[in-house]
Amino acid sequence: MVRELSIVAGKEFRDGFRNRWVLAITLLFAVFALGLGYFGSAASGTLGFASLDTTIVSLSSLAIFVIPLIALLLAYDTMVGEEEQGTLLLLLTYPLSRTQLLLGKFLGHGLVLSCATLLGFGSAGAVIAVLTERFWDAQLWFVLGMFILSAVLLGLVFIALACVISVSSREKSRAAGAALLVWFVFVLVFDLSLLALLVATEGQVGQTVLPYLMLLNPCNAFRLLNLTGFEATQAYAGLVSIAQNQLFSPSLLMVVLLAWIIAPFSLAAWLFQRRHAL
Amino acid sequence: MTKVFSLQQVSKSFAAVHALKALNLELQAGEVLALLGHNGAGKTTTMKLILGLLQATQGHVEVLGEDPIRAAQSLRLRMGYLPESVSFYQHLTGLEALRYFARLKQVPVSRCPALLEQVGLEQAMQRRIKTYSKGMRQRLGLAQALLRTPELLLLDEPTVGLDPLATTEFFLTLQSLKEQGCGIILCSHVLAGLETHLDTVAILAQGQLRAYGSVQQLRAKTHLPWHIQASGHWQAADLHAELTNLGAQQLQLDDETLYLSTDLEHKVPLARYLLNQPEIDSIEVLAPNLESLYAHYNGAEAQQHGT
Repeated sequence: MVRELSIVAGKEFRDGFRNRWVLAITLLFAVFALGLGYFGSAASGTLGFASLDTTIVSLSSLAIFVIPLIALLLAYDTMVGEEEQGTLLLLLTYPLSRTQLLLGKFLGHGLVLSCATLLGFGSAGAVIAVLTERFWDAQLWFVLGMFILSAVLLGLVFIALACVISVSSREKSRAAGAALLVWFVFVLVFDLSLLALLVATEGQVGQTVLPYLMLLNPCNAFRLLNLTGFEATQAYAGLVSIAQNQLFSPSLLMVVLLAWIIAPFSLAAWLFQRRHAL
Repeated sequence: MTKVFSLQQVSKSFAAVHALKALNLELQAGEVLALLGHNGAGKTTTMKLILGLLQATQGHVEVLGEDPIRAAQSLRLRMGYLPESVSFYQHLTGLEALRYFARLKQVPVSRCPALLEQVGLEQAMQRRIKTYSKGMRQRLGLAQALLRTPELLLLDEPTVGLDPLATTEFFLTLQSLKEQGCGIILCSHVLAGLETHLDTVAILAQGQLRAYGSVQQLRAKTHLPWHIQASGHWQAADLHAELTNLGAQQLQLDDETLYLSTDLEHKVPLARYLLNQPEIDSIEVLAPNLESLYAHYNGAEAQQHGT
C-alpha cells in the first residue's frame, strides 16, 4: 500500500518540480508575504516591514483567495487529465487499486503545495522576523508555524475538492469550469450568503446558528484559526468576528479542516470506484 | 496444459446495451488466441473482463486460477496489457516512463534499458515521448507489457504503426513468450499474415461468438473454396476436361498458367493430378485465409441481421 502510494505521489511531486509549479507557487507566496510585510502599513503613511503578526493576519486574508485557487488549478485534472491523454486505462491495469492511485496523486499534489507554502511563507517570514528584530521570538514562530500548517491544510482541502471534480468530469475543460465555480462559491459567494442571512433575520441567527454555518466553508475555519491569536485584528475580521473567541478552539478548527479534507477525498474515492473503466 | 483463463457463459451489459452475450472462451498456457470482430463486437469488453476492469453481468470469469476482480492486484503482477492507441506521459522520456511502470509492477528498474533495447528503442530511450512516432510509442507500450515476463499477455492492435521489420520482430518476441508458456490474446484488424502465429481464433459479432477454434477447424467448418494455381506448358483443352472431372471450379486456363477453385474434398486429388503432369513447372495450393474466414463469419452475421 505505502509502496504504491509513494511511487504515484513521487511521480506527481517530480512532475510538480519539472513543470515549475513548486517554484512558481513558492515565489508567489514569498512575494506576497514580503510585499504585504513591506507595504502593509502604506495606508498609514509609512513604508517598511511592520510586525510579522500583522503581516500574518494580512496574509491570512490573501491566502483565502490564493491558496484555494492554486490548489484547484493544481489538481482539477488529476484523473480527467489522465483519462483524456489516454494513460488512465493503462494505469488501472497495474497492481494498484483505484483508491491507491487517487490517494497517491492527492498526496503528490499535496506535497507540491505544502513544500511551496513552507518555502514561500517560511522564507519570507524569516526575512521579516530578522528585519523586525524578532528572530528569537518563539511565540511569533509558533504563530507563523500555525499559519503555515493551516495554509497547508486549506490547500489539501481544495485539492480534495479538486479530486471530486476530476473524477466526476468527463472532459478537462468542464473540470476547469467546475473548479472555478467551486472557488467562486467558497471564496466569494458563501460569506455573502451568510451576510444576507444575517441581514434577513435582523441579526437573530448571529449568535446561535451562524457560527456553525460558517464551518460549512473551510475558508472560514482557516480564517478563524489565524485570527484567534491576534486581538488587535479582531476589528478587521468581518463576518468571522461573530464566531471568534466564542465557540471554536484552534484544535477544533484544525479538526474541522481535517474533516474537510477527509470527507471530499472519501467522496472522490467512492465516485472513482463507481466510475466505469473508460 | 495449464488453463490461463476461461470465460463461461459470460454476459456483460451497459444499461440497455448488451456488449457480450453468453460468451464461452478459454486459453491454455503457451497458446495464442486471436480475438477478431468489427468495432463494437465486444473484443475490448472481453479484454477488460479478463483484466478485472469490468465485472461480468452474468457468468464466470477465471484468470490464472483466480477471480480477476477479487484478486485484481496479485493477478495484474502476472499479466501484461498493451491497449489500443497506447499513450504515455508526454513530458517523460521513454526510460523514465518505463521505470515508473516498472516500479509499479515491482520490477527492478535496472531491467528497463535492456527491455527498451529488446523493442528497438535503445537510441530513443532518453528522448521525451512527445517526440516519438506512433510506432515508437507502440514499441514502448510493448516494453511495458513485457515487464515481469507475463503469464498472460493481452495485446490490442499491437502491430498498428509498426514498420515491417518491427512487425517481424514483434512476432518473434511473441513466439519466444509462447515457448516460455505465456498465454497471449491478440485483437487485431490487420489479418494478413496473422494466421501463422495463432493457435485459436475467436470471431465475435454483436457480443456473440460466431466462430471459435483453430484456423484448420474453421476452414473445415466453413467449406470455403481452396485455390490452386500452377504454371507449365500444356495443351489447355486436354487439361480442362480432366480437371473439371476432378472437381475444379472457376477454372481459368491457358497453355501456360491455370487457376482454379475447389473444395476441401477435391483439393488433394486435383493437386496430385497436377503434380503428376510432366509439363508442370510450379504449383501452389492456397487455403482459405483468415481474411476470407473472417469475411465469411461476418457475412453470415450481416445476412442474419438483414444488413
